[in-house]
Amino acid sequence: MELTGADIVVRCLQEEGVEHVFGYPGGAVLYIYDALYTQDKVQHILVRHEQAAVHAADAYSRSTQKVGVCLVTSGPGVTNAVTGIATAYMDSIPMVILSGQVPTHAIGEDAFQECDTVGITRPCVKHNFLVKDVKDLATTIKKAFVIAATGRPGPVLIDIPKDITRARCRFEYPASVPMRSYNPVVKGHQGQIRKAVQLLLAAERPMVYTGGGVILANASPELNTLVDLLGFPCTNTLMGLGAYRASSEQFVGMPGMHGTYEANMAMQHCDVLLAIGARFDDRVIGNPKHFAQNPRRIIHIDIDPSSISKRVKVDVPIVGDVRECLLELTTQLQAAFASGTRAHRGVPAWWNQIGEWRKKDCLKYDRANREVIKPQAVVEALWKVTNGDAFITSDVGQHQMWAAQFYRFDKPRRWINSGGLGTMGVGLPYAMGVKLAHPDAQVACITGEGSIQMCIQELSTCKQYDLPVKIVNLNNRYLGMVRQWQEIEYGSRYSSSYMEALPDFVKLAEAYGHVGMRIERPADVEPALRDAFGRHKDRLVFLDIITDQTENVWPMVQGGKGLTEMILGSEDL
Amino acid sequence: MRHIISILLENEPGALSRVVGLFSARGYNIETLTVAPTEDRSLSRMTIVTAGSDDVIEQITKHLNRLIDVVKVVDLIETPYIERELMLIKVRAVGKDREEMKRMADIFRGRAIDVTDKSYTIELTGDGAKLDAFIDALDPASILETVRTGGCGIARGERVLKA
Repeated sequence: MELTGADIVVRCLQEEGVEHVFGYPGGAVLYIYDALYTQDKVQHILVRHEQAAVHAADAYSRSTQKVGVCLVTSGPGVTNAVTGIATAYMDSIPMVILSGQVPTHAIGEDAFQECDTVGITRPCVKHNFLVKDVKDLATTIKKAFVIAATGRPGPVLIDIPKDITRARCRFEYPASVPMRSYNPVVKGHQGQIRKAVQLLLAAERPMVYTGGGVILANASPELNTLVDLLGFPCTNTLMGLGAYRASSEQFVGMPGMHGTYEANMAMQHCDVLLAIGARFDDRVIGNPKHFAQNPRRIIHIDIDPSSISKRVKVDVPIVGDVRECLLELTTQLQAAFASGTRAHRGVPAWWNQIGEWRKKDCLKYDRANREVIKPQAVVEALWKVTNGDAFITSDVGQHQMWAAQFYRFDKPRRWINSGGLGTMGVGLPYAMGVKLAHPDAQVACITGEGSIQMCIQELSTCKQYDLPVKIVNLNNRYLGMVRQWQEIEYGSRYSSSYMEALPDFVKLAEAYGHVGMRIERPADVEPALRDAFGRHKDRLVFLDIITDQTENVWPMVQGGKGLTEMILGSEDL
Repeated sequence: MRHIISILLENEPGALSRVVGLFSARGYNIETLTVAPTEDRSLSRMTIVTAGSDDVIEQITKHLNRLIDVVKVVDLIETPYIERELMLIKVRAVGKDREEMKRMADIFRGRAIDVTDKSYTIELTGDGAKLDAFIDALDPASILETVRTGGCGIARGERVLKA
């Protein structure tokens, strides 16, 4: 039977098991919207701005490991989506973006709502396609899903001209699409893994450093097994939080610009570093020259060869799927232990050293304060109220760092944030995507009054689809992270970092049909949170929490500085 | 150091801009670039002459391999190779210079492929250095126009770059 291109799109999504598509209609995609209307397997979620559609699909993917899907129209639909696509690309999130395009005969004529979608998105997608023949449509969609989800994942865009969605052809969804130019490596090199085992067993001061790659590879159980077996200290980057359980004694916190003292010291002073699905990002190791001053052997497991030896020279590169590599590494280690081999006897002394570093208590803050609300205390209260088991999304800034430092994640895919691109405004659409994927789970968005206003319109989407997420707005009336940098590096000249004319968030939430609360005293934080998750369980609650205006995120490694050149608090300034 | 990167890629619209976009986005440098379909029309062969430290070349190779349209990548200078470039050069050829110009072309094994009473157009092939040497050997005032294809190369012996 012949189907229209639009029907083929919808049938392909059904074949892929897609349950939710986030999008916004417009001229070029109306046939596709018409095809969506006549079926009920794929639910379309109408957002209020295309950027939010992409963010929501992104978070849907981050929290489930499925491929997130969104649908936007040509021209402004696509350009609005670009921020979302770039955000997903930087964090390697598998997504398929379907975009409408003007009819093929009009391409290049500066038609209404035309833009060079493939050109605009090329640098921020894993791959993109322009479909010029309806006969190629099903194969292209299949390829897009395969490319998005395999190897190092990433967003894939398919640009579909309007006439293609109306044209007809026979529909057959291919079971597989061999691509001679695309064959991601899966298994790590055995010999390299053997070398890694030898290095790990000989290490006096070992350190395990893991990133988002562990989560993307669904290798969290394998990581926990390996680290427990080794008995070594472990740090998770911002993107990797939850991959190794934070409640373990072996967890030393997050490394990097706002990482813990002990994690950064251990990263710098270890003699063998096992890096897994991490990329030695500038926010993680600081100045690479300073990092290289201490000699250490580095083992690096990553699916993407271009991540290896990019910023830091690696001794034992292992290219492969993180999960496969960890399984093999664990098997070889177990065999070594079974034959009587033990880890280096210097390791207990290394733990003593780490214990000394921990005594700095680098995440200390004024817990006893009864006058003003400390933002860290809000995150700790949220952890307590949700039993440490909620999905937490965040925006970008100080609140993001406090959430990462103080919400101790024990499970992967619970911490959803924009680590690479650092996109303000993701928090609320992220929470929507997570809540749709996990309707029964507790979902909170930790945000600030700056970030939340970048996608505030999505409160309307939350109303339409009844998404009772909790917005924890740490309101310090400043663009806090900007203010902090200005205080430290720009002589306290607070150029455009003060937010004047803030809306009344309680009224705003109510105007959208939600519950709003304003919390101004430390004693009211926990009860308000309990209310939000208890009495107002089924409502979206906007908690506008008035926090200490001058609180800073500590520790801090300033841009360009070495990882151990940390400022531990205002006393170090 | 100078490197010659040979790339086999899908002959698809946009494949060229993916390669070029990668170089500009990551700040790598392209000295010359040539591309044309191979005997298998579904594939294109591209040659990029670039310069950079070993680390940079390693990253270039890795990033090229990461592009979905790219089938194979090699750096030709890793093994013995042959490099050729074609130049068409239009030179002034009047009076006593006319004979001299012909002689010069002969020395470099160039051929006059178009002749007027005032000019020759000479075709010359060789590696880039030979073409440079020819230009240097001429009086700059006698050069009217040059056009070069950029280098292309192939490994010596049995080594082949195939899909």
